[in-house]
Amino acid sequence: MLETLINGALVGALYGLYGLGLSLCLGLMRQINLAHGDFIIFSAFIALQLMTHFGIHPLLALPIVAPIMFVVGWLLQRFVMERTLGRGEMPPILVSFGLSVILQNVMLELFSADTKSLDPGALGTAAVNLGSVAIGVLPLLTLAVAVGIFALTAAVFGSTRFGRAVRATSDNEAVAQLMGIRTRRVFANAMGAALAISAIAAIFYGMRGTFDPSTGPERMLFAFEAVILGGLGSIWGTLAGGIILGIAQAAGTLIIPSLGPLVGHIVFLIGLLLMPGGLFTKRIRA
Amino acid sequence: MISITDLRAAYGPLPVLFGLDLNVARGETLALIGANGAGKTTTFAVMTGRLKPQAGSVSVAGRDIAGLTPMDIVSHGLALVPEGRQLFPSLTVEENLVVGAHSRRAGAWHLERVYEIFPTVAEFRKRPSTALSGGQQQLVAIGRALMSNPEVLLCDELSLGLSPAAVDVVYSALQKLRGAGLTTVIVEQDIARALAFSDRFACMRHGRIVLSGSSTAADRTEISNAYFGMR
Repeated sequence: MLETLINGALVGALYGLYGLGLSLCLGLMRQINLAHGDFIIFSAFIALQLMTHFGIHPLLALPIVAPIMFVVGWLLQRFVMERTLGRGEMPPILVSFGLSVILQNVMLELFSADTKSLDPGALGTAAVNLGSVAIGVLPLLTLAVAVGIFALTAAVFGSTRFGRAVRATSDNEAVAQLMGIRTRRVFANAMGAALAISAIAAIFYGMRGTFDPSTGPERMLFAFEAVILGGLGSIWGTLAGGIILGIAQAAGTLIIPSLGPLVGHIVFLIGLLLMPGGLFTKRIRA
Repeated sequence: MISITDLRAAYGPLPVLFGLDLNVARGETLALIGANGAGKTTTFAVMTGRLKPQAGSVSVAGRDIAGLTPMDIVSHGLALVPEGRQLFPSLTVEENLVVGAHSRRAGAWHLERVYEIFPTVAEFRKRPSTALSGGQQQLVAIGRALMSNPEVLLCDELSLGLSPAAVDVVYSALQKLRGAGLTTVIVEQDIARALAFSDRFACMRHGRIVLSGSSTAADRTEISNAYFGMR
């Protein structure tokens, strides 16, 4: 049982990574991207292409896929999402919903509906014994990478010139421009960062599970639950939210194996009822 | 320092400025007064690049800045303290000040110097900007503008929404800046205060300057006539 819960927490670190890119969009840029899950799957397919064409390990594909997704995110913000800003909440929702449908169908055309995974080789089966509990090396690596990425993101957005510019822009774009901040460029870079992080999540997801062009929305759901549980605008809260979700799902499978996701959703709803602002709400919307 | 010639601007089909001419000398403090809708805030919007003029020129220190973006104008040495303060709520007081220096314009202003002239701001440096009173926020907003090392400081309605006591604090803080070589333009509803604080005044009506002169020698009756359009 302990093993199941620990594994749940480790899967939760992956959910946290799904959520981090969304947390940047939703919490820091205050801009919804409903296609977030589909971009995760898209990144996984790019990694798969690199693996099949060049025979490289998924972890080696990572430093190639992440920059590609940064560029995709930059272009997406600059040429699509930017046009929806300042017109209320509805246009970004509709545009990114449309984007989600388009992306799923493009992936279906390009990569077929077959279920795929990213073969991690020996890494997939390696395990370490901690007392009576055997823990996989890949889940441990996922947790370590997740903590590292969260720390880096928190540092960049919390205390650098770029991070301040992003927060100032989402507070008040017009006044941010008066400070000399090139707000459009700053948001494009932030979106690029969000999708580069999604690429990292995608590769760790692809190494432990299977994906096909239609699995994006479920990633989006887990990402969303992690972000809201942790609290909008709190970066570390998203990791905590992801881990709570992972443990809840693992606890569900202990009761009935197919019950995992449902228990996760129930914990999310209870969390939303008891703490509508999330666990670590740092700021209230002005 | 500031030279505005025949400036015309409109919000969509609605013309607001009809050939505005205004000159402000280096180091001078000018009070821009006028009734609501006279075009004071619009003049600031054009000067800061928020609104593109239809015609005319705006030059600061000999460089024409009309039609440039706000981002370029701040690096040419013009900073605005916006109406209603408009601090960034998700940033701390200190981060608000640091963001003011985003344009990286060289000059004598830095964090410690702002704290020196506004000691109350220094006390709250690590606090969220929303935790401050209106008067304290106004000091942060002025400090944030100074951080861009401006040659020209525009202050829009500094006293808006503040208690009279807080307004006194803000203006006495601003008084410390006189003699620092800044060219300052203030827009202020309280005419007595505007005249007391400035070297010169310019009264706007219907998008142009209808009366201007020395603030100390200002004739109150003449000003109210210009203000309300009476002869």
